[in-house]
Amino acid sequence: MKILVCLSNVPDTTTKVRFKDNNTSFDANGVQWIINPWDELALTRALELKEGSNGVITNVSVITVGEAFAEPTIRKALAIGADNAYRVNSIPKDAFFTAFQIAEIAKKESFDIIFAGIESSDYNGSMVGSMISEFLNISSVSSVSAVNIENNEIKVTREIPGGKEFLNVTAPLVAVVQKGIAINPRIPSMRGIMTARTKPLTVSEAVACDSLTEFVNYELPQPKGKCKMISADNVKELVQLLHNEAKVL
Amino acid sequence: MNFQFTEEQLMIQQAARDYAQRELIQDVIERDEKGIFPTKHIKALGELGFMGMMTSPDYDGGGMDTISYVLAMEEISKIDASCAVVLSVNNSLVCYGISTYGTEEQKQKYLRPLARGEKIGAFLLSEPEAGSDATSQRTTAIDKGDHYLLNGTKNWITSANSASTYIVIAQTHTEKKHKGINAFIVEKDSSGITLGPHEKKMGMRSSDTHSVMFNDVKVPKENRIGEDGFGFKFAMKTLEGGRIGIASQALGIASGALERAVQYSKERKAFGTEIFNHQSVAFKLADMATDIDAARFLCLHAAWLKDQHLPYGIASAKAKLFAAETAMRVTTEAVQIHGGYGYVAEYHVERLMREAKLTQIYEGTSEIQKIVISRDLIS
Repeated sequence: MKILVCLSNVPDTTTKVRFKDNNTSFDANGVQWIINPWDELALTRALELKEGSNGVITNVSVITVGEAFAEPTIRKALAIGADNAYRVNSIPKDAFFTAFQIAEIAKKESFDIIFAGIESSDYNGSMVGSMISEFLNISSVSSVSAVNIENNEIKVTREIPGGKEFLNVTAPLVAVVQKGIAINPRIPSMRGIMTARTKPLTVSEAVACDSLTEFVNYELPQPKGKCKMISADNVKELVQLLHNEAKVL
Repeated sequence: MNFQFTEEQLMIQQAARDYAQRELIQDVIERDEKGIFPTKHIKALGELGFMGMMTSPDYDGGGMDTISYVLAMEEISKIDASCAVVLSVNNSLVCYGISTYGTEEQKQKYLRPLARGEKIGAFLLSEPEAGSDATSQRTTAIDKGDHYLLNGTKNWITSANSASTYIVIAQTHTEKKHKGINAFIVEKDSSGITLGPHEKKMGMRSSDTHSVMFNDVKVPKENRIGEDGFGFKFAMKTLEGGRIGIASQALGIASGALERAVQYSKERKAFGTEIFNHQSVAFKLADMATDIDAARFLCLHAAWLKDQHLPYGIASAKAKLFAAETAMRVTTEAVQIHGGYGYVAEYHVERLMREAKLTQIYEGTSEIQKIVISRDLIS
């Protein structure tokens, strides 16, 4: 059994977001790049599954659509424990383009489970995982909070309003994972860091594919307004302020 | 000159930061308050490879360079200097000492488990009357033919209780003074070793510090490190690297205090504005940041020299001196910026200030570093 984990190379979550070119593109100058946190948890679960599979899972691969500057985050994934990596050498133009590129690689390698984080922390698109399953014409399970393999059966837990849903899913599938899939991302060990450079990283050029999205403009959210404290006894003043100042009543 | 870290060095820095900020932070105040040794953290850090990070992979170490070690020590010390000193002694005194000067048999038997973090090492040099003056060793190691017989007392021994492998410095030939000193690998559970009570220290309270008494302790001949009389030179050479570890620890204590002071200054308001906007606070922060950068460059320079196999003793003394003094200054100012909150445990900076004090004292006091540096100027 083989697992593929999709990695998005995203700005560190503490990055001060700036735009350039008249607010039409993200200013990546000085940005520190990391593995998208959901993808890192997905990788952690994939490695846990492999380690507990008694050899049933033979390989955990990772894939990124990104330019060369994405390689440090790929090598971090290799240092954490992934066996090999793929990088499609292109700007990930939009979700459709990214999913198409990943599907093209996946078609050649026949993975049994493809993990995708529920969203990336930069564009929050929540589309890539489901699109990959469409391109490959395989099952897709969304909002996945647990994946287990028991007696060669893939058991998936998904979060639904008011509860959980438990599914047995036949491979191959795409699992779009969210909170609960793993507790903490793994920290790479020295040995892992040392061996990361020698693990296979296959770079390929993008397959021709139109992107379906054009980024027109970016804007930052308004700065948070000042907080006014009102005594719990003074309901009248609260209502007046909500009506006259906040204009929400 | 190249001021760019490699991808691996950055990955190690991040790994140390992640572990410290995710795990060490959880119980650091409680361990400090109750004097609890960070057993589970040392085990976890050992599994990640931090306990023998500069030891060759041939002996189960991480095979990393000294620059990486500085980066890791800084990150861990930002959160927990007690844990960092266990790493420092294990890495730069015990593992380095055995891997550089030990025999193949000693490396196979002792270095491997130390580098894997399965066992912890301690370095026993200081004595009740031989601290800075390390030539005045009163502990004796008498040659009995097929073994040495150790007698004496060692003081202020980091990890004395948790360690299972000791490197002990002792006098074999009193008449030869420092040229008669030897270094030995001694197993802690050897018959005749007793420990004094856990020292109740001002800071670094989570590392276990004890006196160690030797009463007719038999040490096999093959456990001597190097030729007969090599012990003092061994100790001095090993401490040169040890000072890079403690300098980096002091650097981490200082930069941890600065991070907390900057954060607090952005949150705390006084006279209608965040205190960061008061020049008295802003200028303190600017001085702290500048001193920390200078300390960091001294640490990295010493580490770089060591990695290049160039003489680094003076550079490590300068790094240790400046970083320790910086740590004391910066943590004191961090407490001042926090005001009353800085004086209570919850805000961490009072602990950092207590920890900083020890960096001016152990592995060579600031005054000893000045002797080393000044003697080099006139040599």
